[in-house]
This record gives sequence, C-alpha cells and structure tokens, in this order.
Amino acid sequence: MSMQAVARENRELILSVEHLKKKIGKKWIVNDVNFDVRAGEIFGFLGPNGAGKTTTIRMLVDLIKPTEGKVSICGFNVNRDPERALAFVGSIVENPEVYTYMTGWENLQHFARMQPGVDDKRIQEVVEIVRLDQRIHDKVKNFSLGMRQRLGIAQALLGRPRLLILDEPTNGLDPKGIKELRAFIRTLADEGMAVFVSSHLLSEIQLLCDRVGIISQGKVLAVGGVEELISGKVPYVIWQLFPKTQGIKLLHEEGIQLVEHAHEVLDDTLIAGLREDSVVTQMDSERIPLLITKLVSQGIQIKDVHTINPTLEQLFLDMTEGESIE
Amino acid sequence: MNSLLPLIKNETLKMMKKKRFYVVLLVLLILVPIFVYAQMKIAETNREKFNSDWRLAIRQAITDNQNSLQSARVPEEWKKYRIIYIQQMKYYLEHDVNPQEPGGVSFTREFMDNAATLFIPLLIMAVASDIVSSERSTGTIKMLLTRPVRRWKVLFSKLIALLMFVSLIVLSAFVISYLISGLVFGYKGFSIPVFSGFQLNGSDVDLSAVHAVPQWLYLLMQLGLIWFVSITVAILAFMVSVLVRSTAASIVIMMASLIAGTILTNMASAWTSAKYLFMVNLDLTNYLSGSPAPIEGMTLGFSLIILAIWAAVALFISFTVFTKQDILN
Repeated sequence: MSMQAVARENRELILSVEHLKKKIGKKWIVNDVNFDVRAGEIFGFLGPNGAGKTTTIRMLVDLIKPTEGKVSICGFNVNRDPERALAFVGSIVENPEVYTYMTGWENLQHFARMQPGVDDKRIQEVVEIVRLDQRIHDKVKNFSLGMRQRLGIAQALLGRPRLLILDEPTNGLDPKGIKELRAFIRTLADEGMAVFVSSHLLSEIQLLCDRVGIISQGKVLAVGGVEELISGKVPYVIWQLFPKTQGIKLLHEEGIQLVEHAHEVLDDTLIAGLREDSVVTQMDSERIPLLITKLVSQGIQIKDVHTINPTLEQLFLDMTEGESIE
Repeated sequence: MNSLLPLIKNETLKMMKKKRFYVVLLVLLILVPIFVYAQMKIAETNREKFNSDWRLAIRQAITDNQNSLQSARVPEEWKKYRIIYIQQMKYYLEHDVNPQEPGGVSFTREFMDNAATLFIPLLIMAVASDIVSSERSTGTIKMLLTRPVRRWKVLFSKLIALLMFVSLIVLSAFVISYLISGLVFGYKGFSIPVFSGFQLNGSDVDLSAVHAVPQWLYLLMQLGLIWFVSITVAILAFMVSVLVRSTAASIVIMMASLIAGTILTNMASAWTSAKYLFMVNLDLTNYLSGSPAPIEGMTLGFSLIILAIWAAVALFISFTVFTKQDILN
C-alpha cells in the first residue's frame, strides 16, 4: 500500500456506495456499483451517455430508490433515513433548477427553510462566496446560465454540507468561469469537504479530481487515483522526420510500435496539431535519446520529437472501447 | 426533524409569487359585474311587465309551468322539477314573501348556487392543477426532494397551502359578489326568509319539513357546502397534478370530468349507479333550495359521504405515489 493510500485510509468516510443496483423495466441500468469518497477528496465520475451515470447520481440523493444495495452518507442510509443522511449533502443534479419567478435571494431563503440552522447571515455568506452579491435581488429569470449555476452552488452550500454533489458543474460556464470553479472546488476540498463531480469533460476531471470512477453499461470499470490509473499506460511519442519513409523504416527495425489510427486514440487538440510528416508511436520515452543517435547516424533529420503523457481520455477510450462520451 | 411550518410558508409564498390567486380575483372582478348587469336587466323588464308587482310575476311563472306540465313534449324527468317549482312559488305567495326580491344578498345566494358546480371549481383549477406538476416540469422537484425533508412533508405542505388558497377563493367569491351586486341592488336582505326543506314524494311535494331560514343563515350553510365541494375538487386536482407531469393535461383531465358531471346529471336518472361518481354529487346547494336530486336515492348525507370517500382515496393515492416514485427526468 502506497503512502498516499495509507493517508487516505485515515480520512473520514463520507460517501459509501455498496453493490448499488437499479432495474428499470427489465433492464439493469445500474449493475453492482461500488465506490467511496472520503473527506477532503474530489471524486470524478465518468461515463458515456446511457452508462447509468445519471441514475447512479440520483440514487445518491434519494431521487431514485435502488433496487438493491445501499448508499450511506456519514453513516446514514440515504434511502431509509433521508432526513439525516441528506442533511450532510449539498447537490446540483443536472441543471441548477431554481424558481424563475422569484429573486435569487428568495430562492435561497426558500431552500434555507428546508434545513435547520440556516439563517439570513449564512445566506449572505454563501452569496458572497459565489460572488452573486450584486445581482442576488434580481429575478432569476434575468440571470445568465452561469449566474444560475452559481446560485445553484450557493444553494448547495447553504447547509454547510460534508458532501457536495455536482452533476456536470461546468455546463454553461465560460473558460474563465470553469477555471474559477475548479479553484473554488479545490478550496472546498482543502477545507475538508468531500466533493463528487460528474463530467463528460475528461481533461477537466483529470485537472480537478484526486480519484475517478469510470462507469460503462451500469458497471464500474475502474476506480482509483488519477496518477495510479494512468501510470500503467505507455505514452505516445510524436516524431517529425525527414525523409519520413526512411525514418519509419528505422523505427520499425528498432521494434517501435507505430500507431496507425492516431485520430482514434489521441485528444482532438493533439490531432489538430499533427502534420503531414508526423509519425505517431507508442513507446517508453526512456528510449528516445538512443533512437535519436541512431537516426542521426543514418542521416535522418529530426525536426521535432515530443512525448504525450497518457491522459484520462486515453484510458477512458481504451476501457469503454470507443463508446461516445456525453 | 424539520417542522412543517417553514415548508407551508414556502408553498404559500410560491403560490403568491406565481400570481395565480390574483388572476382568480381579477376573473371574479370582471365577471361578477357582468352577471350583476344581466340580473339588473331582468329586474327591469319584470318591473315594466308586471308594474312592479312581484305577485303578478310569480303567478305568471306558476301558470307558465302548469301549462308546460300538460304538454306531452316535456320529458317526465323535467316535470318533476317543475312540480316542485310550482309548489315552492305557491308557498312563497301564501306566505307573502318575494323570492326574487332584488338585493346584494339574494344575488350572492343565486350566483353562488349557479357557480358551485363549474365556475368555482374552474377557479380552483387555476391554483391546484400545477401545484405539483409545475415542480416536475421545471425540474425544481429535484431541488425540493434532495433536501433533508421527508417526501410526505413536502407534499403535505403543498396540500395545506392549497386548502388555504381554496378557502380564500370561495370566501372571495362570496365577498366580491356581495360587494359588487350591493352597489346596484343595495346591501340589504340578510333577514329575508328563504324556504328550505321541500321534498318530492312521488308526484306530490311534501311540505311537512319546509321551514323558513333567514337569508344570512342560508348563505352561511351555502358557504359551508360550497367550501366542502371545493376542497374535494381541489384534492382531486391535487392527485391529478401528482400523477400527470404536464399542467395542461392535468387541467384538461379535471375539466373534462367536471363537465362530464353536469352532462351526466341531466342524463343519468335512468343509470342509478352513476350516483357514486364524484362529479354528479357536486351540486350540494341543490339540497338546500329543495330541487329534486338528479338521481334517485341521493341525499345531502349521501353526497357528502361520496365526496369524502373520493377525497380520501385521492389523498391516499397522491401520498403513496409521491413518496415512492422515482424522479427520472
């Protein structure tokens, strides 16, 4: 067990999901899902469209009753004891739906009345945290999507939750807003909150989360630390060689694996950067210096060589075998 | 853990913010003057025709109805109503009481009698039909049900808010119609006696139970009965709102059954088991004024029990479905 894992074991268990199953009609939408989230940890939940992601999230907050298995929050069963379990949770499920005919402040008051110990002072506090103080007394129907998103987060924070559940939190945010949100979530986690985030933006999850769970067809394929999961992956190395054919021949002789269908395994941004003379290989980057010497000795010019470290997206594409992500 | 009071406050505030209640008041404020004007026109023509002698008008009405009893073209069921009507009018003549004496109170009584089965329920639809379905169609139900509050409490707070607003609507209908008609007919008439308790025995009208009731008391009884009907209708609409996601669908379902009720009342004298349907039991004030029951075997007590049973079943279904249901969208 690594040092990190030991440190993790010592933290308080906030959310625990055990053998969670849901059958709708004759189909098992969620089939034996297990994971847990501890205090101070940001957990990312990934899955393609229809993988059972939404159903799982709804079972976490008692919107859907599990067919089998259980969800516990701070030790309380969500399904059997929702009043106690949900008191520890702040959540936004899908879009932050608020009452558009009321002002932001009235919305927060409305949700404050539904939990004990939230007074106007606390409302003011969360309004300042999400920086909505300028517009909070406007009708929500005049809010932008980003402002509604922030109002939703304010609502989720009202009851000083131990667990924050955010379903696709960056929807409707501009790049600056996404950066801010990321920093904000990190601050919350550093203060000891457990954060559960679902997203279809893999790079975002990778930047944000400490641990991830990957779900496909109702089953969890992998759970673990981001580093830990991708460490087993061989990186890609992209070469620009002249003359190209000779270069490829040499790489081939050295037993280097060439990637034929680069556009299927690489991030879109990388594919866009590929040039006609690019050669994509999958290999250990330790071998690069020796290869360079060999290439040079054979008179092959090296215009560029760079390593693409394995990403979550790569791992995800491998695991779900190219199912579409949404 | 959580007390219900803040939840009820939430629901009441939402109801006010949605401004439906104001729409209801506005509808009343526009429609009542129209009815008042119509009533005024009737009073005017009567005065011209009978030289402002109400006895002449009543006698004329009695003769008209008696003539129609002889006609073979008038269906038997209708004759029943006319027999009672003739007897009532004769009774009023004998006791020298003008049943159509214009006044704010009489207008209100008459208006509420007519409004009880369709108009008031329609106003109630305005606040009841989207009370749950709107939370589902806008998605706010997810926010509501992920708070640390049991689902039955959420639904119960909605029910209480609804019942308060329904009571307020019934009361407003009375008050508005009295205040507006009073401008034209005067605010008097609380002590005018109204005869109640006519009973049909075969083809005879049984007068043994007839007694005079001062109009204020009559109005009070009427208010109680209309309130009871309104609560029942509201609870049924509440159930439909839990079961159906679309507000439009929920309004259509309720209105269709109410209108079916009025149609059935006119047809169902042959189909006696129709009396167990809630919609033919809505005309409770009928029992006060002494018109015959639409279907044999219906009495005030019977109708009250039927309505209560329907309401209880609707509540049971609403709470069972709402607490068990998966929120999938």
